[in-house]
Amino acid sequence: MDHLEQIVNEARAAFAGISDPDALEQAKARFLGKNGQISELLKNLGKLPPEEKKTAGAAINQAKQAVEEALNSRREAIREAALAARLAEEALDVTLPGRSELRGGLHPVTRTLERIESLFASIGFTAADGPEIEEDFFNFTALNTPEDHPARSMHDTFYLNNPDGSLAEKVLLRTHTSPIQARYMQAHVAKYGQLERMPEIRIIAPGRVYRVDSDATHSPMFHQVEGLWVGENVSFADLKGVIADFLKRFFETDDLNVRFRPSFFPFTEPSAEIDVAFMSGALKGRWLEIAGCGMVHPNVLRHAGIDPEKYTGFAFGFGPDRLTMLRYGVNDLRLFFEGDLRFLRQFA
Amino acid sequence: MKFSESWLRSFVNPALSSAELSHSLTMAGLEVEDMTPVAPAFTSVIVAQVLSVSKHPDADRLNVCQVDIGSGTPQQIVCGAPNVAAGLKVPCALPGAKLPGDFKIKIAKVRGIESSGMLCSAKELGITEEASGLLTLPADAPVGTDIRNYLALDDTIFEIKLTPNRADCLSLQGIAREVGAITGATVSLPAITPVAAQIDEVRALALKAGDACPLYCGRSIKDVNARAATPEWMRRHLERSGLRSISALVDITNYVMLELGQPLHAFDDSKLAGAVQVRMAEEGERLRLLNGQEITLASDMLLIADEQKPLALAGIMGGEESAVTLDTRHLFLESAFFAPSVIAGRARRFGFSSDASHRFERGVDFGITQTAMERATQFILEICGGSAGPVQIAQGTLPARPPVRLRTARAAKVLGLPLDSAKVAGILRGLALEFTQDGETFMVTPPSWRFDMEIEEDLIEEIARLIGYDNIPAVAPQAALQMLPQPEQERPTARIRQFMADRGYQEVINFAFVDTAWEADFAGKTGDNELIRLANPIASQMAVMRSSLFGGLVDNLVTNIKRQQNRVRLFELGRVFARSDDHNQAVAGYSQPWHLAGLAFGQALPETWSSGKRSVDFYDLKGDLEALFPSCSLRFEKASHPALHPGRSAHILFQGNPVGLLGELHPKWVQKYDLPAAPVLFEIDFSVLKAQAVPAFAEFSKFPAVTRDLAVIVDQEVHWQAIIDGLQTTLPRLVTGIHLFDVYTGKGIPENKKSLALRVVMQDTQRTLLDSEVDAALQNIASELENKFAAQLRA
Repeated sequence: MDHLEQIVNEARAAFAGISDPDALEQAKARFLGKNGQISELLKNLGKLPPEEKKTAGAAINQAKQAVEEALNSRREAIREAALAARLAEEALDVTLPGRSELRGGLHPVTRTLERIESLFASIGFTAADGPEIEEDFFNFTALNTPEDHPARSMHDTFYLNNPDGSLAEKVLLRTHTSPIQARYMQAHVAKYGQLERMPEIRIIAPGRVYRVDSDATHSPMFHQVEGLWVGENVSFADLKGVIADFLKRFFETDDLNVRFRPSFFPFTEPSAEIDVAFMSGALKGRWLEIAGCGMVHPNVLRHAGIDPEKYTGFAFGFGPDRLTMLRYGVNDLRLFFEGDLRFLRQFA
Repeated sequence: MKFSESWLRSFVNPALSSAELSHSLTMAGLEVEDMTPVAPAFTSVIVAQVLSVSKHPDADRLNVCQVDIGSGTPQQIVCGAPNVAAGLKVPCALPGAKLPGDFKIKIAKVRGIESSGMLCSAKELGITEEASGLLTLPADAPVGTDIRNYLALDDTIFEIKLTPNRADCLSLQGIAREVGAITGATVSLPAITPVAAQIDEVRALALKAGDACPLYCGRSIKDVNARAATPEWMRRHLERSGLRSISALVDITNYVMLELGQPLHAFDDSKLAGAVQVRMAEEGERLRLLNGQEITLASDMLLIADEQKPLALAGIMGGEESAVTLDTRHLFLESAFFAPSVIAGRARRFGFSSDASHRFERGVDFGITQTAMERATQFILEICGGSAGPVQIAQGTLPARPPVRLRTARAAKVLGLPLDSAKVAGILRGLALEFTQDGETFMVTPPSWRFDMEIEEDLIEEIARLIGYDNIPAVAPQAALQMLPQPEQERPTARIRQFMADRGYQEVINFAFVDTAWEADFAGKTGDNELIRLANPIASQMAVMRSSLFGGLVDNLVTNIKRQQNRVRLFELGRVFARSDDHNQAVAGYSQPWHLAGLAFGQALPETWSSGKRSVDFYDLKGDLEALFPSCSLRFEKASHPALHPGRSAHILFQGNPVGLLGELHPKWVQKYDLPAAPVLFEIDFSVLKAQAVPAFAEFSKFPAVTRDLAVIVDQEVHWQAIIDGLQTTLPRLVTGIHLFDVYTGKGIPENKKSLALRVVMQDTQRTLLDSEVDAALQNIASELENKFAAQLRA
């Protein structure tokens, strides 16, 4: 039976030297093929005496199994090697840049307006909007600023021409977002005025406003955001509470001081100017004027059809451009309106 | 309102530092905008007199002076000032002095001659920005006195930004009264006694507009010396309040205006003819004002006139002809109260403002009219001499000052603060307001100097101011918790913006007023009927309201290309403006819808190692727009628009209505605006984007779909939309979709033809389709294409 062992060893050696799958199948034929060595031995088995047949047969089958095993393990090894080679070949430089569109971004003032809207939404303020070419009535008269009121000269107003070149008397570019208040209150009263208890008004109204003014710190078009809360028990103390809360949330710090000082707006009484001072950073300790506010003037409520004895309210107007500058450290207002991608991309 | 601190402290002197005083004023609503020292710090500068001047032996421009510094021993000082002369009194910095800019004075040799000090200019002392020589002092300046004392330089100029309601603080007296109220310090105002008439001379008054001019006082003063010098102290107060000294008579009227708040006017009496009238102007009357402006009056303007001619625009500005000059000998002095409503806005119509109009339109204390006249008379007689006639008074109807009700509970409710009536009464007393009290209710009579106390809230503001806004608590308000509506049919604006940003576009915000040329180039608007012109544009490139967002975006592109940006994607969401006769507009005559516009320029994708070099084109933006409308309900129709390439532009249609434009910039504008290549732009009505349907579930098929491809050759000019529309009506029921997956022209396709490859998807909701049904459906489509579009089936 040395011969069988020799065949098995020979097969093992033959398979081991092969790394090509086709060559392996050919080598297989030499041992297990129709005329292979093992097959030949099996064919000759019949010629053996019956007493030897059984043992010889068992030995040959054993050898056959050993050869098949060697073959299979070699097949597996070749497959694995092939896979490994393919994987190596397919390897990428994973550090190359990805392939896609770059993201654009929102304008920094939009970021601010969206943050303001959502902060106020969290205490029940809904967003409101109004026209930018506005009626003189809503911009001034409804806000307790009749014609020739000295407060009108606080606003340098842009006016429009009629097609024939004459001045369009009744319209202007709104000088503030406060006309939205007047319009909203009117609409609210039209909707709920007949009710015994009118639902509260809580609105936040951002928008573009226009004034005849242009220098390093003034733009002829800029933004304002107006807030209004009218209800049965709205007080100046509430106004102070809401504004202080807002500023701390907006700047995400308790490290600031807020002060209210008396001021004048025709549409609020009492009126206040709001200053903020940061306790750290480049502007540390400086009072910065950031908003005007006050209790809605009874005449403004009356104009809208609201009884000032029953309802009180507060209104405020922030300059979101200024808030954006403070929040992100922007040092020039004009950058907001120049469309320079080198600037805008910083806020993407 | 600008004034010197020392002047204010001469009326009221609270125990507060300058900074504390400034803070109290600001917190009481008189915002101190600026505090400037009159002079920077310096030491050892005294009044000196130049005794003699001789040429420096070794320097042409220098003089050697002997100077009396009050020590008894003349000092030798070398001086280079051109105006140095013997006898002159000038400031002298002594050895050891420290001048502004850390400049130390020592005994030193100047070109070999010893100099013990320095004679100074105003600039060297930091009092003025410029100086052309030594600061010369009056002849009576006492030699040896510290110059800081002599010129009262240890003083600070306060500048207060007054709100329009506080005209009562447009005077030192008013500010002093306010300081008294907020600090409790005693206020002592100058005692003003009437000047008895020395002559009988009177000029008759004819008050013909008693509502417009409730009170008019006039007085003749004869034989004045108009060339008299204004006293130094008066000059100093005027200058520190920002008024230039002009002549004694003008200075006196200005001084009294600053001191008491009453604008006065002095006429040259010899130029007046007959009685002085106060009347409304007649339409078209003309008057040349003091500022040289020749104005045409309107009937709503109040005029001071004599029997022959207009003299002055009452309360605003005097006329040139009757103005006092240095030769004036006889005066007619006016002190009057003009109703704010007849002054308000009038000066603005002529494009100016004056100190008088500024005060009168806000309200001048009508209790002080005659007092101011007496004060001015007193100064005129003291400074210019002369003799005063009796005061003539014409009175109309003075403003009523009806008492205003103030309820403690109401004040507490509005302010959100506990209050009791004793506290309220204390505050009213502190403000020197007259009132009566009935339990919790006060009736307050506003004083003649306040024009901002008409309603209860005005008084509540006074209470709040005096308590201090800082002392009102800040509380978190309480309200009923109710959720806000969240309409699902409305896409949040923030989400649409974010979509654009995610898609690669950077948001910009452009001005709403634009160059007239942009409206012509990008919107085709040129006529006055179409353009909305600003009446008072700030610059010619901001002259008309935009009707399209294109101009701004193209301009942004130009800017960015100049700044080396070669791939630009921008969007703007903003209003555009057009004339409209639609009655539903918020403002009649104008439509002002929100538009969303985008611009793309440069490579389709950012240039990287892997991307191709294709430029962005029409279909890239069309894809963005389609993605923006999730329901894919947009249609595009070939457009012709002045801004866009005629072969590469489309109207955007939504539910059959045009809602926007898409296309490549017209080559004309590419050239005009000097662009290296054409950007692609779109602009769309934002309201269309805001609307979205709430999803509604529909049954979907669980059976397999079958797809078949079909290639046909059609004429080049057959549009895909026409094919889809043409097929739509006769499409077999089982066809669920037709997609175009290839468009080919070139080799193998006849000229002016194109090959379209269609993928047809078929599916039934109830069962698996049979091959025969599929073939029949495909056959149906093929013959429709053949019949309607002369399409040839490709093998």
